[in-house]
Amino acid sequence: MIAAPIEWVIALRFMREGRMQSALIITGVTVGVAVIVFLTTLIDTLQTSLIDRVLGSQAHIVVRPPEEIARRVPTTAGSGVTARVEPRAQRLRSIDQWENLYPQFSGASGVTAASPLVSGPGFAARGSASKSVVLMGIDPDRYRRIVKLDTDIVAGAYRVGGTDALIGIELAADLGIGVGDKLRVTTAEGGEDVLTVAGIFDVGSRDLNRRWVFVTLRVAQTLLNLPGGVTSIDLVVERIFDAQGIAERLQAQTGLKVESWMQTNAQLLAALRNQTISNSLIRTFVVMIVALGISSVLVVSVVQKQKEIGILRAMGASRQRIMVVFLLQGATFGLAGSVAGAGLGTVLLHVFSTIYRNADGTPIFSPEVSPRVMAVACVTAIVVGLVAAAVPARRAASLDPATAIRHG
Amino acid sequence: MAETVLRLHGVRKSYNIGTPVEVEVLHGIDLSLERGEFVALIGPSGSGKSTMLNLVGLLERPTAGSVEIAGQDATALDEDAVTRLRGRSIGFVFQFHHLIPAFTAAENVAMPLMLERGHSDAAIRARALELLDRVGLAAHAHKVPGQLSGGQQQRVAIARALSFDPPLLLADEPTGNLDTASADEAFALMREFNRRAGITFLLVTHDPRLAQRCDRIIELLDGSVLRDAPSGTALEAR
Repeated sequence: MIAAPIEWVIALRFMREGRMQSALIITGVTVGVAVIVFLTTLIDTLQTSLIDRVLGSQAHIVVRPPEEIARRVPTTAGSGVTARVEPRAQRLRSIDQWENLYPQFSGASGVTAASPLVSGPGFAARGSASKSVVLMGIDPDRYRRIVKLDTDIVAGAYRVGGTDALIGIELAADLGIGVGDKLRVTTAEGGEDVLTVAGIFDVGSRDLNRRWVFVTLRVAQTLLNLPGGVTSIDLVVERIFDAQGIAERLQAQTGLKVESWMQTNAQLLAALRNQTISNSLIRTFVVMIVALGISSVLVVSVVQKQKEIGILRAMGASRQRIMVVFLLQGATFGLAGSVAGAGLGTVLLHVFSTIYRNADGTPIFSPEVSPRVMAVACVTAIVVGLVAAAVPARRAASLDPATAIRHG
Repeated sequence: MAETVLRLHGVRKSYNIGTPVEVEVLHGIDLSLERGEFVALIGPSGSGKSTMLNLVGLLERPTAGSVEIAGQDATALDEDAVTRLRGRSIGFVFQFHHLIPAFTAAENVAMPLMLERGHSDAAIRARALELLDRVGLAAHAHKVPGQLSGGQQQRVAIARALSFDPPLLLADEPTGNLDTASADEAFALMREFNRRAGITFLLVTHDPRLAQRCDRIIELLDGSVLRDAPSGTALEAR
């Protein structure tokens, strides 16, 4: 006949008796949960991959020398009034005492990697063709931990040493050179050197592929006339959203200009934040609609079951027991709908991941729903079911058994 | 046989208290029922029969006075204790059988026991089948009320009312909705349980024929007891 808790037995029987209502509301919850799971996963993965792509070719934090400002020369007469202060042009400068300061950055808490960089403008020429480039003097082993350039090599090898250099795929095409070919580089400082192309990279940005030329620290220092100096120190932090706080702290400690990716990409961050807010808004409304749906179904059910509730009360069912019967129905609607909704959301993600594709044909996002999103969706649905059932359940519990029975 | 199953003492009941339409429906009823009595409660519409049945059944509380069931004063108990006392000590049979349509006959009979225990078990199932057998419906145990005739439904309701072996059984127009044959059958069944198990019956009815077949008749009029006598003398008085 029946097994354990009587409240469950009654709740499930009532739900089965009104199976049309139950099916409709469970469908409603299913669609709601599917929308939440789908949207949340889609937006989370898109945001993560966008941030990954942005940070794929830049450091989380960049340390530069402080900007040079115009200083007033004190006049002896004291009668002169400065009518106009011309801002100083920012020369290419090295960070003072960078080798002494370096451990302070590489060892800072939250920082996982650091790499010195000598970077400045130059020209790359072959024959009569000449292109404007950015010389990037690096220590290849340390730089690899800032930008994973070694995985972006499409020809040759990740090798920077002596006069071996890495150039981008666009520059190689522009100049018509390949691995092993020679390349002449000149700078405004009067430096000139002939480099050998050891590898060709593709970092996913045509602009950077056209401009970056990676050489050793020493070659760049010579070309840019900065013997022994570096123009910046690149840092990578453990948690990317801590970058701003760490940058502010380092700037206060050293007096250098320390900028995080969050400052240089402020617009991107604002866009992501707005996207997150709209997603929360949609979620909130969906949750409200689901709650109202469950509530209204149960309110109707309480009215329909008035007589049965009266009989149960006359048979010895306490008010709490009647309340639990209706709370259980709300929770069950939530649970059943959320399990089905998580499934439907996953199916939707799989379908859409095959429809939405990157330019190169790879899926734009992976259709995996994190267990955390699933768990949160299910728990939320159950709690919403319980809360939505609270009002109808209290009404059911407060029904007067005598009147309920009388109106048979 | 001097065991008192039900005692009403100075019971009053008013509705709409504190409003201009306040009305007192019962004006101080004193009454007691002994174990094994088979009593009819009669009276015209509006005489307070239903109100009295609700008070005796502990579905409502009196405005004044006390209601004692099996020696326990229900007016002194809190809501939960009243619910428990009602579940264990009082069986109900209503005019419209009032079975729960979503459950089978056996489950309906077992319902008071399951509510008391909080779940079902083998003993409860066995008890429900035994009760159904005693009302002659063992073969219909797994049908839902909608598949049973009116008379059969009322017999299931009687079986359910007896599930706790309650000392007191309240029946509100138990045959009012049945054809004569089914009504006689249901009445005979109640009479049999009264004789065999010594259960006290309080039967509300409009039917004088039915009332005459009870041992004692209590007649209400305008919220007071007009007559309380063995059925023979009541008949003579008419």
